[in-house]
Order: sequence, then C-alpha cells, then structure tokens
Amino acid sequence: MSDNNILEVKDLQVHFPVTEGLLKRRVGSIAAVNGVSFHIKRGETFSLVGESGCGKSTTALSVLKMQSVTGGQIIFDGKDITQHSPGQMRRIRQKMQMVYQDPFGSLNPRMKIGSIIGEPLRIHGLAGDKEQYHARIASLMKTVGLLKDMAERYPHEFSGGQRQRICIARALALDPKLIICDEPVSALDVSIQAQVVNLLMDLQERLGLTYLFIAHDLSVVRHISNRVAVMYLGKIVEEADRDTLFRTPKHPYTKALLAAVPEADPELEAQRAEQLIIGEIPSLRSPPSGCTFHTRCSQALPTCKQYEPSPRTDGSSTIACHLYT
Amino acid sequence: MSEVTLQAWRSNSLLAFHRKMLRDKPLGGIGGLIFALFLFCGIFADLIAPYGMNETDMRRVLQAPSLAHWMGTDHIGRDVFSRILHGAQLSVIIGFLAAGLATILSIVLGVLTGYFGGKADMLIQRFVDAWMTFPDLVLLIVVVSIVGPGKGQIIIILGCLYGIAGSRIIRGSTIAVRENMYTHAAQSMGATTLHILWFHVLPNVMPVVIVLFTTRVGAVILAEAGLSFLGLGIPPPVPSWGSMLSGGGRTYMYVGPWLALAPGLALTVVVYSINVYGDALRDMLDPRMRGR
Ligand SMILES: Nc1ncnc2c1ncn2[C@@H]1O[C@H](COP(=O)(O)OP(=O)(O)O)[C@@H](O)[C@H]1O
Ligand code: SF4
Ligand SMILES: [Mg+2]
Repeated sequence: MSDNNILEVKDLQVHFPVTEGLLKRRVGSIAAVNGVSFHIKRGETFSLVGESGCGKSTTALSVLKMQSVTGGQIIFDGKDITQHSPGQMRRIRQKMQMVYQDPFGSLNPRMKIGSIIGEPLRIHGLAGDKEQYHARIASLMKTVGLLKDMAERYPHEFSGGQRQRICIARALALDPKLIICDEPVSALDVSIQAQVVNLLMDLQERLGLTYLFIAHDLSVVRHISNRVAVMYLGKIVEEADRDTLFRTPKHPYTKALLAAVPEADPELEAQRAEQLIIGEIPSLRSPPSGCTFHTRCSQALPTCKQYEPSPRTDGSSTIACHLYT
Repeated sequence: MSEVTLQAWRSNSLLAFHRKMLRDKPLGGIGGLIFALFLFCGIFADLIAPYGMNETDMRRVLQAPSLAHWMGTDHIGRDVFSRILHGAQLSVIIGFLAAGLATILSIVLGVLTGYFGGKADMLIQRFVDAWMTFPDLVLLIVVVSIVGPGKGQIIIILGCLYGIAGSRIIRGSTIAVRENMYTHAAQSMGATTLHILWFHVLPNVMPVVIVLFTTRVGAVILAEAGLSFLGLGIPPPVPSWGSMLSGGGRTYMYVGPWLALAPGLALTVVVYSINVYGDALRDMLDPRMRGR
C-alpha cells in the first residue's frame, strides 16, 4: 500500500504561538493544523478545500517542511521526513515543487524568464552544459505553452495566466514526484482559470504528475480532483472521492459549502439559501468545544457541544460527524 | 515595483537612463552632469592642471584671476585652479573609497540583520541606535585626535561612520524583499541561503544601494572638507578643499577673496549636485517616491 502512496500525512499538528507585548511573552497557541491525516496516491490529484484560514496552506508548507511541525508524521516517497534536517530537506525538495497563488509575487522581477525556469536546475547542480541547459528550458517552455523567445523577457511583460505557466514550467524543471498547487488559479481572471486548470490536467496526463491541489473554489476542485478532503478549523471533516463528495455530500459543513455554490436552477437556488452557513468562522484562539462546527451547524445535536466526533468511514467517504456514528 | 521603474532600471543603456533623467528631472540631470564633470576633473587632474599643485612662484603671489591663472594665485604663488583640480582628485578618491567602504559595510550588516532577524539583529540594532545618537562631528574629532590625521584614517573612519548608519536603510529593504513570495519560492525549490541572498535579495536591494552610495559620496566629501578645515583631515601640503579654505583662504580673505571663494564654491556646487542627483536617482528607482 505504501508503495502506492507518494505522500502520507499522519495526525499532523501545527501550532503557532500567540505572543503578547514587547517581550513577546507567549500567552497561548493556535492550532492552525490540528490532527490532519491523508494520503496521496501516485498519479492522482488530491484536493484540500475549505474556507480561508482553515489551515490549507499551513498543511502544504508542512509537507515541504517550510513550516515547522508540532506533531505527527510526514512520509514522502516511503521515507519519514518529519525529522529531516534542512540539509536533508534540500534534497527532498527536488522531488516536490510548489506552485503559488500569486503569480506576480512568486517571480523575481529582476530575473529573465529563462533564468527563472532554469533556477531549480542550477540550485541542484543539474544544469549540465550550456547547450543542455538551454535545450531543457526551451522544452519546458514548450511544454507549458510558452514561446521560446520569451526566455529573454522579464516577468512584468507577462499576464497573470502566462506567469502561472512560467511557475508551472519552473515546478516541472526537476521532474518532481509531487507538485503542490496552493490556490494556483485563485488570483487569475475566471476566463484564464480554465486554461491553467486544463494545462495542469493535460500535463498530468502526459507526464504522470501527482498533485496536492489546494483551493476554495469548488467548481475548480470538481474539475481537477480524484479525491477531495474538506477542512474546517484545522481538521479534515470529510474525505471522499470526487464523485461521491459532490453527488452525496454527508458532513453538514460539506453540504453547506456545496450549497454556497450558486445554482442556475431557481428552485435549487431557493433551497440553497436555507443551507447557507450561518455566522462567522470561530477564532482559532478559542475554538468551540466538541465538534468545532457546532456553532454554525444547522443539524447540531446536544452531544456535539461536548464530544468531538472521530472520523468514521461510511460507504466510500470518511466523515467526522456525530450524525454518522 | 512598478513596471515603469523596472524598465527604467533595466534599460541597458546608462546613457538612455540619464537622458530620461534630464528630461523628467532636469535639476537632478544637471546635478549628474556636474558630478560627471567633477569625476572627470578629479581623475585627470594631473593632465588638466596647468601647473603643479605645489609649484610656487614668489613673483606671482596673490594675483587676481587672469587668463594665465583662472582662479588666481595664493600667498606663495601657487595656481589656485590647479590646486582645486588636485583637491577634486583627493575628494574623488576619499569620496569613492569611503563611500564604497560605507556601502559595503551597510550591505553586509543590513542584509544579514534584515534577512536573519532574531536576537542578533535586535542587539545590533540597539548598537546602531546608540551609534547614531552621537553627533558625527564629535565622533570624528575624538577618533582623529586618537589615531591622527591622514587619508587612510579618514577613509576608514568615514566609511565606518556612514556604513553603520546606512545599514538601517539596507536592512529595511532587505526585510521587504525577504517577505516577497519569490524568496519563499526559491527556498521551497531547495535553494541555499547563500543562493537566495546572492540571486534574489541583493539584486532587489541594488537600487537602494546605488542611491545610498551616491548620496554618501557627497556626505563624505563634505565631512572630509570639514575635518581638513579643522586641521584634522589631510595634512598639508596636499590641497584638500577644506584645508584650502582654512589655510590661505581664511587668512588672506580680504586681499585675495578668490582664495576662499574657489574651494568654497567648488565644495558647494559639487556636494549640492551630488545630492540633487541622488534625489533624482531615488525618485526614478523607487516607485513610491515617483511624482513627488
Ligand atoms: N506564520 C504564522 N504565524 C501565526 N499564525 C499563522 C501563521 N501562518 C498561518 N497562521 C494562521 O493559521 C491559520 C491557517 O492559515 P492558512 O494555513 O494560511 O489557511 P488557508 O491557507 O487555509 O487560508 C490562520 O488562522 C492563520 O492566521
Ligand atoms: S458533529 Fe454535530 S455539530 Fe458537528 S457537524 Fe456533525 S452534526 Fe454538526
Ligand atoms: Mg492559503
């Protein structure tokens, strides 16, 4: 089984200290990621969805060990990397690359495109001789649909969609085993989003890539994912394969999220209003007791306030909710 | 950074950049021209100067400006114009070496403290605070009276003085660059810290460095003149503009006003030009200052 998985995350915990005053006295902590477990199979797209602030990016950064981990285990490509030193991680990062949300900020404005795309090769001493290096850059640019002569230009000369293609080409340079896409299309115009998502899917098919895909836009997730996990306040509340999750959502939060996607059909649209999530996201500093969703859940039971539901498998979904125990 | 700025910055041609400056910031552009002229005079002083800098001629003491002596002669018959040119050479040498030293110091201190932060940064910043509360001149006088006057001393003292103060500015821009997603991205690709500092941080703080260096050249020239005026700078007979002012300039002010006017004007014009040029550079390189 583990050979099949490129990544396994077990009970991941990431806590940030909350400090006060000039002396940065530690007055508490917030659990941005609080017991997250999932695995990603080779060649699939696994998505993490949830409202902003629920811990998606923190989870992704922990996988790269760009964020120090409070507890749990991260197994990448069969190796437990939880305790890896920064030096060891440098080598591991060759095999996992990241595409960021902001295609404007993630490219150095003073580097030419060719040099940006070739940077991972230079970092890891894999540039080879000049000819090989330039040939590799040219082929990467072609792969993502950029013209060869764009290599001599600077990032500001490109649109958001093209810049995201540049980021993808850079992520592909080292033939990574896992590509983490943290909201890769959220910052783009809707008309461009589809192009970039299609490019990612097309590349997956051609190159056999594996994605950890993070988004809050459910229509994009539905399009690209094989499996989906829904996060709420640092926990995964439901995980299922794409079709199951979108056709028969079980967790009240998943249902509410899906209901928040506007419906074209006016009758469905009327129903949707009833299921919309009420209230604000609670603060991570003082999370609600029991099921953390109980403050906003329309189906909450008396036990929900007291006991935290543990994840159960129901059919092909895994749900953490008292309604399914 | 705005795209206009980046284009301006990147325009391969230094000439095109300055042509743009002359058009958009005429005062700064003219300042730049005078700065360039000053550099030229300093570098080629030996070739341009009609007389030797210490060539005395007792038959021609305290002569008013004429065709033979554009800025007149001093009390021992030396050609003031030639001495101004050699003074420019001294100013160029001290200005560039001390400002260069200051800039390197600022970069090293500023980039390291800004990038790594933490306790060491906090300690160093308190030291910089303390350092900056001392009035420059007092510090200079104390140090010079300990180590004695001389070109090398002046360069090192001024370099340290301005270098430590300037590290604040570099530190600030380093922090801004560090927060950018591209440094983060490089790290996630597996880049070493050295790689990130060299390829991402340094190129992006470079505009600030250039402006800092330029304005420091002016500040150093003025400081050296001040020290030499007080007799704490470059020992005679080397013609520093400062010692020309205090030496012959002050004593013979009423019989030969050109003796004081020449170094005084040279100093004013050069330092003022460098300052307005530095301001224009900053405006053209920093989008936040545009249009002010
Ligand atoms: N470096 C940090 N220090 C303190 N709190 C942080 C830090 N990074 C993230 N957080 C907090 O952790 C929570 C989860 O953030 P994040 O993972 O970015 O959420 P998402 O990507 O789902 O929007 C947020 O409440 C955020 O404020
Ligand atoms: S456990 Fe209770 S409060 Fe939480 S989602 Fe299920 S029903 Fe709602
Ligand atoms: Mg995020």
